[in-house]
Amino acid sequence: MASETAVRRGALAGVLNRTFRHWSLLPAVLLFAALTLYPLLNLVRMSVSTVEFAQGAEVWSFTPKRNFDMLRADDVLRPAVVNTFVFVAVSVAIEMVLGLALAIAVAGVRGKRWLRTLLILPILVPPVAIGSMWKLMYNYDFGIFNQALVALGLQPVNWLGSTSLALLSVIVVDVWHWVPFVFLILFAAVEALPIDLLEAAHVDGASRRQTLRLITIPLLLPAIVVAFLFRAILAFKVFDEVYLLTSGGPGTSTELVNLHLYKVFFEQNQLGYGALLSLAVIAAIVAFLLVSRKATSALRPR
Amino acid sequence: MRRSSSAESLRARIMPVGVASLRAGVAGHVLVALALFAVLGPFVWIFTASFKHQIAIYAGQFPFTPTLSNFQDVLFGRRSDFAANILNSLTVAGVSTLLVLAVGGLAAYSLHRFRWPAWVSAGFLGWTLVFHMVPVLTLIGPWYIAFRELGLYDSRTALIMTHVTINLPMTVWLMRAFFRDIPPEILEAAHVDGCGPFDAFYRVVLPLALPGLIAAGILAFVFSWNEFPIALSLTSRENATVPVAIARFAQQYEIQHAQMAAASVISTIPAILLMFVGQRFIISGLTLGAVK
Repeated sequence: MASETAVRRGALAGVLNRTFRHWSLLPAVLLFAALTLYPLLNLVRMSVSTVEFAQGAEVWSFTPKRNFDMLRADDVLRPAVVNTFVFVAVSVAIEMVLGLALAIAVAGVRGKRWLRTLLILPILVPPVAIGSMWKLMYNYDFGIFNQALVALGLQPVNWLGSTSLALLSVIVVDVWHWVPFVFLILFAAVEALPIDLLEAAHVDGASRRQTLRLITIPLLLPAIVVAFLFRAILAFKVFDEVYLLTSGGPGTSTELVNLHLYKVFFEQNQLGYGALLSLAVIAAIVAFLLVSRKATSALRPR
Repeated sequence: MRRSSSAESLRARIMPVGVASLRAGVAGHVLVALALFAVLGPFVWIFTASFKHQIAIYAGQFPFTPTLSNFQDVLFGRRSDFAANILNSLTVAGVSTLLVLAVGGLAAYSLHRFRWPAWVSAGFLGWTLVFHMVPVLTLIGPWYIAFRELGLYDSRTALIMTHVTINLPMTVWLMRAFFRDIPPEILEAAHVDGCGPFDAFYRVVLPLALPGLIAAGILAFVFSWNEFPIALSLTSRENATVPVAIARFAQQYEIQHAQMAAASVISTIPAILLMFVGQRFIISGLTLGAVK
């Protein structure tokens, strides 16, 4: 009995070993084919169709023109695209500046390992929890900001409810969430700086500012570019916090592409038009990836 | 990490001037203090709010009488499913993490060790990268339809499968970087000793790549636990996860602010716990992911 299982295990191990080269990649490829490639093809089919649910069953009909007409008639799309670009540009710019400054500052302070642990906490916290946290803090009646303003004898501010301020308030939350990430990447780069070089500059009488401008930042440039590209692309993926904080309101003042996509799919139940929008978003991201690849390889010194 | 810090202190002893050129001035200290306050302040605020009665939150009372009633209501209240939501999240995150480590680890090793034609390896890696960059909401429509057809809408299976998919790119890229650091001589020695390719992977490579597996595993677990848009779209009440439940708290007609605070505090526990236990792995995972 025991020898029988041993033989069987031996046979199994033999098969596993002999064919390892062939099956090792298979699960990942199958999973990716089933859950990304097939859906992508389906997306193309959906984008020229109308999908409706009748008594729980889907009814597909071929209506290519209808989805393009909806695209033209969609007056939320334009503010969503504009807001998304504003959101990405402003938040990433602030995050890069603050993250770099913080990385350089923390590198020169005592207890930096502990500081790093505390400072990167926001990266791992659920974005939804971050949204609900800030929703409470922004609250008009009892949020911390308005309590502070009232205590100072000032008027409370409608952080999330006013059309002029809401997008900025949302950007602040994104900055809070992601400065730690930029900090972490650049801190690792600062720690890897060649100390001898900085020391030589110091000995040669370079001021701190000169060292920073002429040595530190040029040496950090590759890491800065990487952090920037990461943030620029991931900022486009923002959804969770904004869904919690404003859901795109008031009006369309914080409407973003992803929020709009979600609403088209699950609130307006327009699966065909949603698919068309999805394809457009994917195409835009791929184009950005290709351009940024070209740009970084052109920037890289040979 | 320990080695680098000791090398640094050695360097500092040899060249005391060198460190002086990096030392932060007053402005640097002020910046660090402000950043610390800005990062920790919101945590402290929501933490205190979660121990306040709703009335005390509304009145902005401080000091206040702490109460556990919010946590009791959220976890054990008759109108709250939050305990079930936690169980769902733990199941989905746990199972999907184990699966993604197996599938992604194997794929990364396969790409590293075996000679695949360029269109397979570059195609696979490139596609994972593109998929990682694309907002997951773009695929949610087809997923929704496919899982409905399979009868898996509102199931933990659907969440596990999609979470494995979204964490696969990160796992493959991370593990590839870790496998690359394993000296090839070790594999040759295993081969000479009569170890088959799978045995060599299982018995020799995996133990050596354990730090990488832990790093990828912690990140995959946290990202799955945190994941919101998929869980929101592919589950209804029964299989909702923690983030979905928190969003529901926030969107009720009459928002239960105190319970929302308590639920949010609970949802941050895994991340904070792992941050202090597995910090080394998290940092290596996050920075490797960005640099390589």
